[in-house]
Amino acid sequence: MTTTEQHIDEKLIPILEQVSDPEIPVLSIMDMGVVRSAVVINNIVKVEITPTYSGCPAMDVIGDDIKKALHEAGYKSEVDLILYPAWTTDWITPRGRKALEDYGIAAPLDADADKDVLLNGKRIVKCTNCGSQNTRMVSQFGSTACKAQFQCENCQEPFDYFKCLK
Amino acid sequence: MKNQNLYNYILGIADNSLILGQRMGELTGHGPSLETDIACTNISLDLFGQVRSYYQYAAKIAGDKRTEDDIAMLRKEREYVNVLLVEQPNTDFAYTIARQFLFDVYHFMFLTELQKSRDVTLSAIATKSIKEVSYHQRFSSDWIKRLGDGTEKSKSKIQNAIDSLWTYTDELFHQVEADKVMVGENIGVDVTQLKDNYYQRVNAILTEAMLEVPESKWFQKGGKEGVHTEHLGYLLSDLQYMQRAYPNMDW
Repeated sequence: MTTTEQHIDEKLIPILEQVSDPEIPVLSIMDMGVVRSAVVINNIVKVEITPTYSGCPAMDVIGDDIKKALHEAGYKSEVDLILYPAWTTDWITPRGRKALEDYGIAAPLDADADKDVLLNGKRIVKCTNCGSQNTRMVSQFGSTACKAQFQCENCQEPFDYFKCLK
Repeated sequence: MKNQNLYNYILGIADNSLILGQRMGELTGHGPSLETDIACTNISLDLFGQVRSYYQYAAKIAGDKRTEDDIAMLRKEREYVNVLLVEQPNTDFAYTIARQFLFDVYHFMFLTELQKSRDVTLSAIATKSIKEVSYHQRFSSDWIKRLGDGTEKSKSKIQNAIDSLWTYTDELFHQVEADKVMVGENIGVDVTQLKDNYYQRVNAILTEAMLEVPESKWFQKGGKEGVHTEHLGYLLSDLQYMQRAYPNMDW
């Protein structure tokens, strides 16, 4: 139960990659790392997903979207929500990080740098608009549970930063 | 019910988060600034998310027709077992922050220990929740310092709120029957062991914030036994409004 490995049947990957987080449509749930297992047992696909934050309202929609995508591909499925091991931002893939940045959300830094930014006001989060690191935190909490609000002092653009969760 | 003590124990944890979540949710659209409004409602959302995991587990243990929603919404005032601290109203922003701070410091310590529970579900919920609560604690501690070390007015307001709410802090370490049984089974957290550390940490932050640590040794309790302050009834009439107006409604 302590494993952080994913068990995903290869033929299911292209189907699951079509499903995205409804709050961040550019990010597939696979790149987000919320799918922990997906295997076919007795012709039924058993999928386990884990929430990013406990109160994430997107989880129900994600569960339904997974069932729909699998149904369209000819599979019956069951989706379970698991809490352990707890999701971490380390599970976002490099492709997922790039998708976030392109969408205007700064990708999470590592835990130490994140602390420096959120607690000590260190200016290292790159503006998603102009790339300047002259940015300041406006609030530790943002438009969704997983983000903090930032503003670039260079181009004045406000943007979200995906908080590091470990 | 076979596991009545475990069921009661879970409600003891969950009700704190439900009622505090409802209090923070009241600030939706009413926060003193956009950023604090969003922060308070984010905290509320985190707490509600955690609460769902606890009530889902409680419903499973109850093993009857009750769902997580029934447990959250369909109890009477005397059946809620949250501590008195979390039901105290949003008198002003200082009260909101003081209440959150006094609870967050406890909550973080509590979840740290609950991660070691022999019960795998409780341990998993704690491991998930503590990441969120560490953000809450940062937010409220930061505001304690800002207000305490701010203007004369902000200092007097936050001092007043801390002084008023102090009387509810000792109940966090009060054990009811279910707590004692669960501690004995290595499922529950022995909160009496957290008390010294709690006051040390709270006092350190208050001191850093240039505030006085209250000296009063008179403490109020009762919430964990279902005996609440007058504020809970009003809160519940809001929380349960839809179920009271349209019994058994669903969506």
